Amino acid sequence: MNGLRIIVLAKQVPDTRNVGKDAMKADGTVNRAALAAIYNPEDLNALEQALRLKDKYPGTTITILTMGPGRAAEIIRESIYRGADRGFLLTDRAFAGSDTLATSYALASAIKTIGEFDLVVCGRQAIDGDTAQVGPQVAEKLNIPQITYAEDVISVVKNKIKVKRRLERGVELVEGPLPLVITVNGTAPECRPRNAKRVMKYKHASSVSERQNSSEDYIALYNERPYLNIPELNLKDTKAVEAEVGLSGSPTKVKKIENVVFQAKESKVLSANDEDIESMMVELISNHTLG
Amino acid sequence: MNNIYVYCEVENGVVADVSLELLTKGRKLANQLKCKLEALVIGSNLASIESQIFPYGVDRINVADDERLFPYTTHPHTAITVKLFQEEKPQIALMGATSIGRDLGPRVSSALHSGLTADCTSLEIGSHEDKKEGKVYENLLYQIRPAFGGNIVATIINPDCRPQMATVREGVMKKEIQSATFKGELRNLEVKKYVHDADFMIKVIERHMEASKVNIKNSSIIVAGGYGVGSRENFDKLHELAEVLGAEVGASRAAVDAGYADHNRQIGQTGVTVRPKLYIACGISGQIQHTAGMQESAMVISINTDANAPINKIADYVITGDISEIIPRMIKYYKKNSK
Repeated sequence: MNGLRIIVLAKQVPDTRNVGKDAMKADGTVNRAALAAIYNPEDLNALEQALRLKDKYPGTTITILTMGPGRAAEIIRESIYRGADRGFLLTDRAFAGSDTLATSYALASAIKTIGEFDLVVCGRQAIDGDTAQVGPQVAEKLNIPQITYAEDVISVVKNKIKVKRRLERGVELVEGPLPLVITVNGTAPECRPRNAKRVMKYKHASSVSERQNSSEDYIALYNERPYLNIPELNLKDTKAVEAEVGLSGSPTKVKKIENVVFQAKESKVLSANDEDIESMMVELISNHTLG
Repeated sequence: MNNIYVYCEVENGVVADVSLELLTKGRKLANQLKCKLEALVIGSNLASIESQIFPYGVDRINVADDERLFPYTTHPHTAITVKLFQEEKPQIALMGATSIGRDLGPRVSSALHSGLTADCTSLEIGSHEDKKEGKVYENLLYQIRPAFGGNIVATIINPDCRPQMATVREGVMKKEIQSATFKGELRNLEVKKYVHDADFMIKVIERHMEASKVNIKNSSIIVAGGYGVGSRENFDKLHELAEVLGAEVGASRAAVDAGYADHNRQIGQTGVTVRPKLYIACGISGQIQHTAGMQESAMVISINTDANAPINKIADYVITGDISEIIPRMIKYYKKNSK
């Protein structure tokens, strides 16, 4: 097998898994500012699968595609530190408010702009929405097959890819023709760490919007070392139809948002001693909760 | 036309619980909307499937029966669903938030350009006023789900696109037979009109499925452990207590990740949702992702060394201390006082 052309879809997300004490405001609502922006965990599992294919099939190239505001270029740097070849930041105000379908359309348009590919790999779902919809919807928009819930990309032989899937009640080994989309589970191997040499080489990599306020010295640096430029794509570059992205391209609308507030109830506070435990068990038995 | 459709999953000739739960919900929504409830079953050897489905008050079952349609693969099931929906124009389509529903749902919604909301915890009918457009929408499906890691609850609507699609996890809705003798219409779809040979491009080479042996969802008492339990050995104490009380053992994601318990015992946003009579939380701090899956328990006991563990706020009994001392005492005094 010659090298594969792989596109990895990765997303920068708020770290909803580590909602510490300072992340909740006094009224019980979320303090979004206190949540760190991180690399979506399952997208890292996806990147690792791509890197393993690159190890196995020399000549493979890995291109990262991320959609988000300017600061999402961090995802591309992080991916390059770990072994990805390059990345594109898909960014435009027109994308704001996109639901999964509008997002998938924008991503699919960007993928077509980037060029030919053999494989699109992404995490099964992102922790800010937990929908698991973008992977299959991108596949549909590109009119290619999908293999979801992947745990291990086993081999690529003569344009056929073999993948082990981890489902809620078992495993499946499936085979499909390239090109296709694979979504990777959190049960897949963790991503390898950053490579120190690559960190040194690419730590100044940045996108145009990130460089807006940098000094002239820096601008010279980017002319000298073009590999430090993280290219940006906007709506026009992708030739996406504006009405199909953002709020206007989203069939779903958010009608209402409620913050979850912990309801304190009257609780009986007991100690671990024999009397307290016995009286609790007697109460539970007498009110038929137990027995 | 404009009916409610439920995509039913079948494994070994048995309709999945999640599909029956959705049919139960679908029946209620159909009564409210004064439309019909239809089931879509795609698979092979489906000869007697209707006897499992009609009792849920299903007006029509659409069956696509072909040996190539089992096991599930994306394209053939998508092709049938999309074409049938284009013909029948359902107003609502429901699927399980399973590895099948979450593979099929987004593909179908993309093909039909209709909105899909994943992992709904509640479905209601309501109206919506779009002030900007000066339009009022009646009888929309409110798709209510947690988002942002369970820290917010969002109500999602699809004002203009049909069908309004939603997936729901197993155990979230209740399963209830409408009438054991109910009979609707059975319609066999002519499979080759809906699927082409080229749709079978993904081959399933091997498949190992296990019936879920652990049944935490239907257990009225659950003894659940978190990361605070400390080890797989300490988890054995939870099993002892569960044995004595006739309970099942559950676990938080942190405990599963740490290897103290198997994944099929996981309770919470990424595991199952439970609503037992009694929930005994041992060494569980009570991250929102966990409490989202158990907060409807009728009674909660929290055993934790941390007197300020967040779960204590939703507990009826808070015991501060070490489970290795407390659990043996609970066993002892249960045995002493129960008849």
